[in-house]
Amino acid sequence: MANMDPKKAPMPSQAPEVRARNFSEVALGYDEETAVIEAGRCLDCKHRPCVSGCPVGISIPDFIRKIRERDFKGAHDILQISSSLPAVCGRVCPQETQCEAKCVRGIKGEPVAIGRLERFAADRARECGENEATPAPSNGHKVAVIGAGPAGLTCAGDLAKKGYKVTVYEALHTAGGVLVYGIPEFRLPKAIVKTEVDGLKALGVDILTNVVIGKTLTVDELFDKGFEAVFIGSGAGLPNFMGIPGESLNGVYSANEFLTRSNLMKAYKDEPVTPIMKGGRVAVVGGGNVAMDAARTALRLGAEKVYIVYRRSMEELPARREEVEHAMEEGIEFRLLNNPVEILGYENPDDRRDPKNGAVAGMRCIRMELGEPDENGRRRPVPVAGSEFTLDVDTVIIAIGTSPNPLIKTTTKGLDVNRRGGIIVEETTGQTTRPGVFAGGDAVTGAATVISAMGAGKTAAAAIDEYIRNK
Amino acid sequence: MYKILEKRYLNDTVAEMKIDAPLVAAKAEPGQFIILRVDEEGERIPLTIAGYDREKGSVSIIFQIVGATTKALSRKEAGDCIEDFVGPLGRATETEGKKRVCIVGGGVGCAIALPVAKKFHELGAEVTSVIGFRSKDLLILEDEFRAVSDKLFVMTDDGTYGEKGNVCAPLERMFAAGETFDEVITIGPLIMMKFVVAAVRPTGIPCTVSMNPIMIDGTGMCGGCRLTLNRDGERVTKFACVDGPDFNGYEIDFDEAMRRGAMYRDFERRAYDKACNLLKEGE
Ligand SMILES: Cc1cc2nc3c(=O)[nH]c(=O)nc-3n(C[C@H](O)[C@H](O)[C@H](O)COP(=O)(O)OP(=O)(O)OC[C@H]3O[C@@H](n4cnc5c(N)ncnc54)[C@H](O)[C@@H]3O)c2cc1C
Ligand SMILES: Cc1cc2nc3c(=O)[nH]c(=O)nc-3n(C[C@H](O)[C@H](O)[C@H](O)COP(=O)(O)OP(=O)(O)OC[C@H]3O[C@@H](n4cnc5c(N)ncnc54)[C@H](O)[C@@H]3O)c2cc1C
Ligand code: SF4
Ligand code: SF4
Ligand code: FES
Repeated sequence: MANMDPKKAPMPSQAPEVRARNFSEVALGYDEETAVIEAGRCLDCKHRPCVSGCPVGISIPDFIRKIRERDFKGAHDILQISSSLPAVCGRVCPQETQCEAKCVRGIKGEPVAIGRLERFAADRARECGENEATPAPSNGHKVAVIGAGPAGLTCAGDLAKKGYKVTVYEALHTAGGVLVYGIPEFRLPKAIVKTEVDGLKALGVDILTNVVIGKTLTVDELFDKGFEAVFIGSGAGLPNFMGIPGESLNGVYSANEFLTRSNLMKAYKDEPVTPIMKGGRVAVVGGGNVAMDAARTALRLGAEKVYIVYRRSMEELPARREEVEHAMEEGIEFRLLNNPVEILGYENPDDRRDPKNGAVAGMRCIRMELGEPDENGRRRPVPVAGSEFTLDVDTVIIAIGTSPNPLIKTTTKGLDVNRRGGIIVEETTGQTTRPGVFAGGDAVTGAATVISAMGAGKTAAAAIDEYIRNK
Repeated sequence: MYKILEKRYLNDTVAEMKIDAPLVAAKAEPGQFIILRVDEEGERIPLTIAGYDREKGSVSIIFQIVGATTKALSRKEAGDCIEDFVGPLGRATETEGKKRVCIVGGGVGCAIALPVAKKFHELGAEVTSVIGFRSKDLLILEDEFRAVSDKLFVMTDDGTYGEKGNVCAPLERMFAAGETFDEVITIGPLIMMKFVVAAVRPTGIPCTVSMNPIMIDGTGMCGGCRLTLNRDGERVTKFACVDGPDFNGYEIDFDEAMRRGAMYRDFERRAYDKACNLLKEGE
């Protein structure tokens, strides 16, 4: 008999007032008992609606059944068939719009906590050292992967398992992409990403950091080096700015810069070597996961007040529900239907050497209301005339999106991109307009999700295998 | 890990290192830079490629000890390794088609200017160089400049060597005498470049400046290196690491760049003091 509790087993978490001042993980994870109880809520539906909500088609009822039967290793084995990063996706997938949105238990009450169970199985396997892989026998073919984010790492892993010699080229000094420079420690501990990367190395994948493709080497040179195919998973790292006055003042950051300083460069540590603005009053502009992460990072760095400034309403807020709830619990103030029009600077006309000259002294915003729906059915925000006001802040973090970096496109002949800079690919294969070159993840779609990037990496790995075998 | 092949001091606070980095050496061009981390917990800092040997696979950097990271780097010796070394980044200086150029370097900026002067010289252009320092003991690279310049002016602020005065003095003299160039390229402290631009502006000669804002990734990912240009009455944002580091000097908003460069001054001072204290304790 299934567990008919209408609610998910609660996730143990650090108390909001404690976690708002530290960088340790917020959600602590299910223990075995809780996982088994929660797994008992799954009805093992014949038509498996949840699976259709997962971009990589994990056999959800099967892995949950294994948990129910306390065969935790078996559960992890099932996850590994479809996903190379279950410990990551269990934590960061927007489950409420994917697998859990389709779960029948969600019709009356809360859906099965699929993400939390996935995380449980993956964490347990990692802690017990059950996720070790052995290198496959070599098939003598070489493939190059550009970018060590979820798309590139997944593609590399799948190809290595088929016997390909894979080399991953990464621009930064650490592999992981957004998982290391963007998503903060309190949401995704870096040790987990490192385990995944080490797992790939154990499969025989070479990861070369400090190589910027388009600068250090070009795609053409990769072919010259004997790689038979190239996968581009370079992400969408170029930050967008708003184009309003005052964006170059001291104390205005792109979310990428702010998060990179804190995460990758460890500015959150007690005695950092890389500086960051700490404390004070912070406005984060935007409403996605990136905005939530920046806001909660600022809080943990010691800000006295943090605002999320978003031009639409709560309903349109694109961030994961859980992150929004966590942010609110931690005391972040949401200024919805507000849009910045200018960032104000401090200026002391009597003392040109005043060190505060050129620093942020506030942000002018205007109230918005929701007008007619646009082509996507989202109601378009329109400014309310005469409703301008000033928010008293000294740091502004801009998290209004990113675009694919043009570096690879401009140095690779025959590689076409769309209007927004995304690499054009054939959807079912990831094949670009240049033969032998495949692409996937944010580099193709623009900023999206970890799981879709991973899915694209998988698709491309299969297509690359076929391409090389048919050559 | 990247091995330090050679190290020498050019003066008390400026050192040159040759680093084993074949991939960077294979592509490097004058005007480009690298980003390095000294050790695993280190900061990422940009330094210009001062020279390269494609055959040996080595790249030279010349750096001034100004803060915690450059101090840590200076403690490394030939045979030691540094953790990360990525490049070549940024756009190369445009050297095509110019017959008469004037290179104006200030302080450690001369290290950045030297490979540019050398390249013009190799391409057969007539090179006039003006190099300036605060004082004689800060002088670097004089012989190297002489070897690639048709005319060389050495300036010191205090008159302890060469001619007393700043780098604008010989420029203004040359312009007054009717000399002209296809381009003036200036590399040095922001305040010096601002004055050089002001000195060149009346002549209308194209004036290129090499900008050095605070950087992290050097690939266009963080936007921290952004600069504002005044172009045809509009304010345009550019990222120095991918759009530069060379820019049209007439367009640059120098005051903003100077303020952004000083954003972390207190932090940097504290980090430097801490690094020095640590070293003292260790001795
Ligand atoms: C702060 C933040 C929070 C997020 N939160 C979530 C979340 O909760 N859930 C979710 O599903 N998604 C989230 N996302 C989105 C998700 O992280 C991305 O969609 C995903 O990482 C894309 O993967 P990718 O492999 O395509 O690219 P990336 O992760 O961006 O990796 C690309 C890699 O390529 C490297 N690279 C780029 N150019 C070059 C080059 N020329 N040469 C060599 N290497 C290069 C980059 O350095 C990087 O390491 C978040 C994103 C951010 C920024
Ligand atoms: C494209 C470029 C090329 C450069 N080439 C050279 C060179 O060839 N030789 C040389 O001596 N210096 C060069 N610099 C400057 C050099 O990067 C800084 O001196 C160095 O980062 C100082 O670090 P620090 O920790 O020792 O000192 P800090 O005490 O941290 O800083 C001292 C000063 O250096 C600047 N600075 C600090 N951190 C950075 C950073 N991450 N990026 C850029 N500037 C920073 C700040 O304006 C600060 O005022 C270059 C800078 C750029 C952007
Ligand atoms: S990978 Fe994401 S979408 Fe798929 S089952 Fe896991 S949490 Fe759900
Ligand atoms: S829809 Fe929900 S209850 Fe049904 S199999 Fe999937 S997870 Fe279990
Ligand atoms: S250094 Fe990050 S964008 Fe230039």
